[in-house]
Amino acid sequence: MTTATAPASKDGAQVELQRRMLRQMLLIRRFEEKAAESYALGKIGGFCHLYIGQEAVAVGSLAALRDDDYVISSYREHGQALARGIPATAVMAELFGKATGCSKGKGGSMHLFDASKRFMGGHGIVGGHIPLAAGLGFAIRYRGGDQVCLCFFGEAAVNIGAFHEALNMASVYKLPVIFCCENNHYGMGTAFDRVAAVTDVVEHACSYDMAAELVNGMDVSAVYEATQRAVRRARSGGHPTLLEVRTYRFMGHSMSDPLHGVYRTKEEVEEQKKRDPISHLVLALKEEGVLDDAALEALDQEARAVVEEAVKFAEASPDPDPSELGTHVLAD
Amino acid sequence: MATMVYMEALSPTMEEGRLVKWLKQEGDPVNVGDALAEVETDKAVMELTARADGVLRQVSVAAGETVPVGHVVAAILAPGEGVGEGPAAARPPTVTVGNEKWETANVAAAPAAARAPAAGAPVPVGVAAAAEAARVKASPLARRIANETGVDLKLLQGSGPGGRVIKRDLERAAALASAPAATAPAAEPFPVPRFPSPERPYEDVPLTQIRKTIAKRLVTSLGPIPHYFLTAEVDMERAAEAREALNRQLGEQGKLSFNDIIIKTTALALTKHRACNAWFQEDHIRYWNEVHLGMAVAVEDGLITPVIRNADRKSLAEIGREARALAEQARSRRLQPADYTGATFSVSNLGMFDIDQFTAVINPPEAGILAVGSIVPKPVGVDDRVAVRRRMRVTLSCDHRVIDGATGAAFLQTLKQMLENPLAMLL
Amino acid sequence: MPTLTYRDALNQALREEMQRDTNVFLMGEEVGLYQGAYKVSRGLLEEFGPMRVVDTPIAELGFAGLGVGAAMAGLRPVIEFMTWNFAVLALDQIVNSAAKILYESGGQIPIPIVFRGPNGAALQLAAQHSQAWEAWLAHIPGLKVVAPATPADAKGLLKSAIRDNNPVIVLEGEMLYNTMGEVPDGEYLVPIGKADVKRDGRDVTLLCHSKTVTTALKAAELLAGQEGVSAEVLDLRSLRPLDEAAILASLRKTNRAVVVEEGWPHCGIGAQVVDLIQRDAFDHLDAPVLRVTQADVPLPYNKQLERLAKPSPDKVVAAVRRVLYLD
Repeated sequence: MTTATAPASKDGAQVELQRRMLRQMLLIRRFEEKAAESYALGKIGGFCHLYIGQEAVAVGSLAALRDDDYVISSYREHGQALARGIPATAVMAELFGKATGCSKGKGGSMHLFDASKRFMGGHGIVGGHIPLAAGLGFAIRYRGGDQVCLCFFGEAAVNIGAFHEALNMASVYKLPVIFCCENNHYGMGTAFDRVAAVTDVVEHACSYDMAAELVNGMDVSAVYEATQRAVRRARSGGHPTLLEVRTYRFMGHSMSDPLHGVYRTKEEVEEQKKRDPISHLVLALKEEGVLDDAALEALDQEARAVVEEAVKFAEASPDPDPSELGTHVLAD
Repeated sequence: MATMVYMEALSPTMEEGRLVKWLKQEGDPVNVGDALAEVETDKAVMELTARADGVLRQVSVAAGETVPVGHVVAAILAPGEGVGEGPAAARPPTVTVGNEKWETANVAAAPAAARAPAAGAPVPVGVAAAAEAARVKASPLARRIANETGVDLKLLQGSGPGGRVIKRDLERAAALASAPAATAPAAEPFPVPRFPSPERPYEDVPLTQIRKTIAKRLVTSLGPIPHYFLTAEVDMERAAEAREALNRQLGEQGKLSFNDIIIKTTALALTKHRACNAWFQEDHIRYWNEVHLGMAVAVEDGLITPVIRNADRKSLAEIGREARALAEQARSRRLQPADYTGATFSVSNLGMFDIDQFTAVINPPEAGILAVGSIVPKPVGVDDRVAVRRRMRVTLSCDHRVIDGATGAAFLQTLKQMLENPLAMLL
Repeated sequence: MPTLTYRDALNQALREEMQRDTNVFLMGEEVGLYQGAYKVSRGLLEEFGPMRVVDTPIAELGFAGLGVGAAMAGLRPVIEFMTWNFAVLALDQIVNSAAKILYESGGQIPIPIVFRGPNGAALQLAAQHSQAWEAWLAHIPGLKVVAPATPADAKGLLKSAIRDNNPVIVLEGEMLYNTMGEVPDGEYLVPIGKADVKRDGRDVTLLCHSKTVTTALKAAELLAGQEGVSAEVLDLRSLRPLDEAAILASLRKTNRAVVVEEGWPHCGIGAQVVDLIQRDAFDHLDAPVLRVTQADVPLPYNKQLERLAKPSPDKVVAAVRRVLYLD
């Protein structure tokens, strides 16, 4: 089921795409580092699931989408929100719970929404949003459009009934949905192979007569290209795809969880960090001679500046007015 | 239904009492009249007696404690009656299916409450239960109506569960208040007056013997006797309650009327005010040491005043029986002179005719007569509130040659206190 | 006015709304080819085709979630549950998705969806198939919950539910589907959140909804005949929002109330109604409000036991006698 990556011809557009993806990955990395710092300072509350290590998945897959496609994700979605183009200011303000946040301070880290970007939310119940993705795909098909819906979830969601019900219906109804499983190997502190009878997520696609690909999630180009193929399948005939993107979370499950400990060793984390998707891309671009240290430094400074600006914006923003407590419970 | 045991006013001036000791204990069966506790009043040690049959419960005042008059000190519950009697604790209705009874636990009575002695379970016997008992139980609607109409809920007998005062109790009270003289035998419609011979302007009727006598005697009264009149309004709530209680106790043995109570009370009051129990004898005043009470009875063509002798020493029941017998004899003209002479004081009661208040003419040589009006529920000030209470006006006619103003007033005051606090008759 | 069954009134509402708005589609088990487990969707597949009358796998969570996703994209799904007992599998989607997304998106994404199907006990279906879920559902902010008792209300409320921009739960009744009643033709909307006096009365208010409206009406008849008691039957119709004004107005008139519901007593709809009454009509109460509910047990299969467990006119009469102090 794995399709080999087609040989890349390095034209200008492709280089530009790669530079753009690097910029986004750097932004996510710096944003998440700042989020961790702000969390430690008590400016961010509740759960806060960081994306450090997994940047290539969101950036690579979202680069393959159009603006009118739908995106929906689980609760580890800061990276997807930023890669989808929600301003860092609005995302950081949401983490800070401010009125200027992309969900007006009512959603927080796990519930980032931007309807204008067709970013249909981070969702907090593991696997609960996968049927929603099928519904977004259903709406596309209902209206006869050629959009797709890209749905992110972790490998632990594969053990949830909702995953199977949604994949079955997406296949039965031929819905243009890309189920992007970010396999970072751990559902919180439980290694996938301890709780899953089938550890290659792609194999589940067989049950639902669905196209599938196993993708190296540390290689942003590989993610991009695999997603492109899935998008093409969806747009042409409304066929869903299951992508299993192998990646790794460099941080703990949430801000309150340890990086390593009883469930994984420090050595394992250090070993995985050698596969850092940003370093991977930087190395590739340098080898191709399209990126030097100065340019990288400039990109990184730009990312840091955007994040600094986002924090300043979030800090300066007001809390939601008390009157907001009762708004948006029901629509007019 | 629970009967509350109150700290009673065992003397006319008593405002609080010290419970010296309980003579019955929590759980003891008691009968009406049983001594429940010894109470030290401002004057003496008295007994607090049971006013209902049942079991003594909810004893909330310990020996040695002093509580104000009116404070609930215990309750007498019917045997088997639960302390926490109320909707939550009430047994659900049952329906019969086949030969078995099934509790329809889902009808209203929360089955959880029935099973688990947690929230909503009956309050255990004790201080909390006693405090609950002291509370006037009334539905919120009843409270609101009472508040708006100024009715004192404490005076109403609740007909709801556990004596809860509900809307219909207030409606009944309101009907009572607006109905004519609820205490008079007014159930029969008042006869519509009809002239016997409307075609003639008048009818000459020769004086009968009794009419002549009345004419002669009363002329010798109001003319020569310097009358003056004292009126007092008496709160009859307690007397009415006492009467109801006694009548319940008497059952088929006959009913006491308010008139009986008034006669007895008047007689007792006279024993304390001999100055009013006297004859004017031109050159002397005869103060009587016995009380023979004349009782004005309307007969077909006049009135006559049969006498209840030694009324102060007779029980209410005896007075009641005798008064009824005398009235019957008077109406059937079978009274012997000995039956209607020798009164030392008289009472004339027109309450049954809806008369609020009137002045009676003294029967010489007696020195006083008490004119009794009807008992009417009316709003009066009680403490700081307006309450509807049954009230009665009495007017004492005095022969000033015998009874001076203050003397008559003192007598009337005693009478009023006794009627307002029937227990004081025990003193 | 035509007389229709409750079932056909719902069918009419669906057909009219699907004709009116192409965004409306019906999805659920057996709704298409089979014509509906209870034939509510009879003829709709033929008229609107398989894209708008969608048969689903037996996957309540999946198709409920699919419906919510479609609503996020602006469609107006009507999700039929064969019974609400099965919808428990879909509660995550109803509670965590449908009821939450508008709020947690800061008002960006409304969820105009209807979840409907029969609720409560029918006859001898035993415990798992005989449950009344309104208390669960009405508990959730972000949902609206209606429970029509008559064919006309069924039509009017379903049409209003489909047009509402929020998730609306429509609780039907298997035992109601065959009941007949006059139903206005064409455009007929019953506003959500409005109770309806089904019988005027003076002495006591019977608060009810769905099937218990029938129970209450029968009880009111018995009371009028046997006791000379004039009972007002107030059909709540909408359980969230509750028509608090109508409840209080009736209570202020009658001063006494009995709540009749199919659900269990603990934390039931009646508990909420009683809370309202004691809070806002306290000074108008002449008796504690009583409740007639299903017995606090899983519903038994045995016919006699089942009858004992369910609310009945006799139980309502018994409760009314108590609030009127007639016992």
